[in-house]
Amino acid sequence: MADPKLGVYICSDCGIGGALDIEALENIAKNQYRVENVQSVPFLCSQEGTQMIKDEINNQGVNKIVIAACSPRVHYDEFDFDPSKYVTERVNLREHVVWSQMGGAEEAPEAAAEAPAAAAAAAAPVEAEPAAPAVNEFTQEMAEDHLRMGIVRAQKSEPPEPAIMDVEKTVLVIGGGATGLNTALESAKAGYKVILTEKEAELGGWARKMYKILPDKAPFEDVKAPNIDEKIAAVQAHENITVLTGANIDRIEGMPGQYDATISQNGSANTHRIGSVVLAIGWKPYDAKKLDNLGYGEFKNVVTNVEMESMAVAGSGSIARPSDGKQAKRVAFLQCAGQRDPEHLPYCSSVCCMTSLKQALYVTESDADANAFIIYKDMRTPGLYENFYKAAQNNPGVMLTKGEVTSITEDGTGNIVLEIDNTILGEKVRVEADMLVLATGMVTNMLPEGVEKVTDMTPEYIGQWKETETQDGIIKEVIADPVALNLAYRQGPELPYLKYGFPDSHFVCFPYETRRTGIYTAGAVRAPMTALQSANDGVGAALKAIQSVELAAQGKAVHPRSGDESFPEINFTNCTQCRRCTVECPFGVLDEEENGTPKTNTSRCRRCGTCMGACPQRIISFKNYSVGMIADQMKAIKVPEEDSKPRIIALICENDAYPALDIAGLNRIKTNPFYRFITMRCLGGTNLVWIADALSAGIEGFLLIGCRFDDDYQCHFIKGSKAANERLGKVQETLSRLMLESERVQQVQLAMNEWDQLPKIMNDFADQLKEFGPNPFKGF
Amino acid sequence: MADKVLIVGGGISGISAAVEAAEAGLEAVIIEKNPYLGGRVAQLHKYFPKLCPPYCGLEINFKRIKQNPMISFYTLAEVTNISGSEGDYNVTVRVNPRYVNEKCTACNDCVEQCGASRPNEFNYGMDSTRAVYLPHEMSFPLRHVVDKSACDAGCQKCVEACKYGAIDMSMEPQTVEVNASSIVFATGWNPYDASKIENINFATSQNVITNVMMERLAAPNGPTKGKLLRPSDGKEVKNVAFVQCAGSRDENNLDYCSAICCMASLKQATYIRDSYPEDSKATIFYIDLRAAGKYEDFLQRLQADENVTMTKGKVAKIEEAASGDVTVTVEDILGGGKIEATFDMVVLAAGMEPAAKGANIPASLTYEANGFIDADNLPAGISACGVARRPDDVSASVQDATGAALRALQSRAGVNKPLEAAEMSGGN
Repeated sequence: MADPKLGVYICSDCGIGGALDIEALENIAKNQYRVENVQSVPFLCSQEGTQMIKDEINNQGVNKIVIAACSPRVHYDEFDFDPSKYVTERVNLREHVVWSQMGGAEEAPEAAAEAPAAAAAAAAPVEAEPAAPAVNEFTQEMAEDHLRMGIVRAQKSEPPEPAIMDVEKTVLVIGGGATGLNTALESAKAGYKVILTEKEAELGGWARKMYKILPDKAPFEDVKAPNIDEKIAAVQAHENITVLTGANIDRIEGMPGQYDATISQNGSANTHRIGSVVLAIGWKPYDAKKLDNLGYGEFKNVVTNVEMESMAVAGSGSIARPSDGKQAKRVAFLQCAGQRDPEHLPYCSSVCCMTSLKQALYVTESDADANAFIIYKDMRTPGLYENFYKAAQNNPGVMLTKGEVTSITEDGTGNIVLEIDNTILGEKVRVEADMLVLATGMVTNMLPEGVEKVTDMTPEYIGQWKETETQDGIIKEVIADPVALNLAYRQGPELPYLKYGFPDSHFVCFPYETRRTGIYTAGAVRAPMTALQSANDGVGAALKAIQSVELAAQGKAVHPRSGDESFPEINFTNCTQCRRCTVECPFGVLDEEENGTPKTNTSRCRRCGTCMGACPQRIISFKNYSVGMIADQMKAIKVPEEDSKPRIIALICENDAYPALDIAGLNRIKTNPFYRFITMRCLGGTNLVWIADALSAGIEGFLLIGCRFDDDYQCHFIKGSKAANERLGKVQETLSRLMLESERVQQVQLAMNEWDQLPKIMNDFADQLKEFGPNPFKGF
Repeated sequence: MADKVLIVGGGISGISAAVEAAEAGLEAVIIEKNPYLGGRVAQLHKYFPKLCPPYCGLEINFKRIKQNPMISFYTLAEVTNISGSEGDYNVTVRVNPRYVNEKCTACNDCVEQCGASRPNEFNYGMDSTRAVYLPHEMSFPLRHVVDKSACDAGCQKCVEACKYGAIDMSMEPQTVEVNASSIVFATGWNPYDASKIENINFATSQNVITNVMMERLAAPNGPTKGKLLRPSDGKEVKNVAFVQCAGSRDENNLDYCSAICCMASLKQATYIRDSYPEDSKATIFYIDLRAAGKYEDFLQRLQADENVTMTKGKVAKIEEAASGDVTVTVEDILGGGKIEATFDMVVLAAGMEPAAKGANIPASLTYEANGFIDADNLPAGISACGVARRPDDVSASVQDATGAALRALQSRAGVNKPLEAAEMSGGN
């Protein structure tokens, strides 16, 4: 950019002017930082206010704009100056400083409440003009430090230059079942080219092996003939779609917009340039041989629901039982055959209730005297599928009961006898059936061959532990067994799984989130779902695949920092090949040269800065976010010598902690005035070097306020807040070298709606620091 | 002709459709009838099964809207006319007056001066706001609004209190014309009116509340600041019954299963257990516990809590005594006979009704029997997503909304539409 020229614009409205000595703030900008363009006006967000800033930009060459006013979450359009030309830094004086220092003492626990009051009395504004309003010294100092930090951040920041790249927009869809077919077709209809691969010789997947399919249109009452052939025909006829059957993915390397996929077919392999990937490889049935006491494998007339479907296809609806080929007229269905069972599949397979209702119709429709008897735990036909259940309830040939099967035996004729307890028909029921169908569940096809249990797998990836020796110690990690994608990624060939092998999103609000940008999952590979739900799922996945390429073309990030044009740059000369960045990146962005030097893949990057936090050499930086920048912000904090004025740094996550502090301010909830907030893209960016630096400069302690981690993690960057926490585990060494208490650095997990807990959290930590006594480095 | 998608409804589905479409390169405009975006999820305390706050995802989505010049929105707005066809729809939007302009800084000075009040629909009427109010802390845009119908005649107190000149009582409804290549209906749902259900005395029992009200009771910005206190006398609620299928799966009320209520009640049971861990009890009366997929884990977690009881039973009667305690009579499906039990409070797991039903949407939409938009039978360039088309949870609605964004891309000018593909358009 042109020669940097700062402008500092301070708003004196919304209570800011009443609570703060604005002139003193101006003087900090003018005198300490030599800023020429410093203005303080009331109502800065007014047209006059913003015009004044624009005039200074246009006429005086201001290109780094510091707005000391309200939260950027409130007035954003007013201060939206072209980010490709200007740096805009918002200092949140209103919510984070003034409004959070206004609340009554009753809002805050004693410790913090008494301190400012006493200090305010002691520090009567003797030097101020007589007419000036009473300014709380602590609030003023807080504002001054935040202004200093904002100015420093603006000084160190440059407008990002997007990594614009040439992209190929073709979507690779892996899997030609109901999900993949629809993904391909809908992508093609939006004008995108598609390569659809299927490992079998024919398209259609499970949908093609069905005798009838579940209702897929309102009123959701009747089964219908499979219609997958229509979809296959549409896919095959579409000029945007290339279908490769009998095909396997040997290797995918590159990044969104620039992937090279090597696909083998009939013994020969070809490499295709593609933009993004939808993984739609579906499911496989749980192995019924593993089920104890249900008679499978022991009695001929105990079959699975998948076998039942084939039998229906073979008999055109008439079911010939395996033992003697006799038509099965009394068929029992046992639901949750393995599902909802911690020993087998702890989850519910979502579709089996409806599958059994459908198959019960095969039995009753082929013969007026035939009966189906369904034994369930809970009948799960959610939403409009309830109509299908009701239709079955109205079918005189279908009997349904909740119950627990206590024994399954075979009489001499091949009939299956079930003893059922706790039914709605009475205490104990005995059912004699020609045949028993076990409603077995669905397992994701991401489960490698030979993996027996979905509950006992290596963490994150289904694969093998690997140890790498570096000069900084041994890195222990799991590398996935190759199954479907064969990614040439440093973190392994497959997507991490969430639970039970399903590579699903952990986010309620962002169901397509994966940890490999540009690669999305759809259908039963990611969660048990019906063919209808799978096909629908493919439509959304297609959008995400298209979107990732469109954003890559512009050098922009995808969710959650959508549109961000900054990206990490690495100063390789100082790299020690410690591999921390390549291991810790939650999205597997960085690959590795053989010696361990990281290789960037910009369009895979989510811009969270976890790599920046991980790097002990401080060589990973964004144009507008770096270790040095934040270190300088910390140095800008004025540390008074008085012990009554401790200084505590809070690193706050911009996604949740920042808005929680805003809402606390909006509610005028009083918080501790000794904190200085530094906004992080994610706590994952926390670099340990800051802690040693700041503590040796007299800062009393560090509080990291970020998102929940572990099982129910809320971190938008998956592992960022956890990575920070793990790093803090290592800070002990640094602190003991400084002869400081390790508890001076702590992390709290805060959800956004816990703003009311902030005063207590902040005061508790401040109290703890007080007990340790002042930081001995203070004043040095 | 504009390559633009117009989205009717600014709840989680509509917002998601907008950001997903815009990030894929399509302009998006959201039409929302409330004074804020966020819809029903903004009124939820936590999501199942993670027990995370909906505000967290809304924050990210609002950020995506703020940074993206491709997205615009109108609040307090409704669609009054639609004409045209795929690629060239003309939509007339009526924007009702907010009486507060963009100069508002959300400083709240106006509220302090206002003497008039109105029932707070954000908290389902459990408390009130002033006539000028901020809808809630996460309101986006974060701007006050005046409910003129609640104002004292001729009162100018808020106008005078606002030093920024942000309050303008002379605002009139505006009409906006939007040209769009496609339209997405993300009109969402309303809680079923529980007073229609026989024998449960919802309308006359203060301590019989609905599940959506329970969300507000538990929320830190709700009528009780997140303390679980019962409406009639402020007593701590420690013994709570949840009545499942309150309206749903009932031919006299809602024919269908509302898909979310089992998980919602399980989630709300944690509100009670977490608020009073020592001595609280939750009892759930259900027909079937529907916790599909990995939601099963959440059910198991609750089943492991001995203070949470789940009984398969159909609730026949609910009566509130003078003391405020509520007695529930249940037909015990497994044991036979009747159960009668008394609780501090009863939460009705009331179902979801499509908001489009009876809303006189000015478009030739097809509805299935319950009033959900039949996405399989819509004109080209029009789609529906989320609960507008079927009862479903947040995650599935967002998934659906993302699909709607793709359909919007398909309606862009210049997209080649082979005949066989065009014939298969519409929902799946």
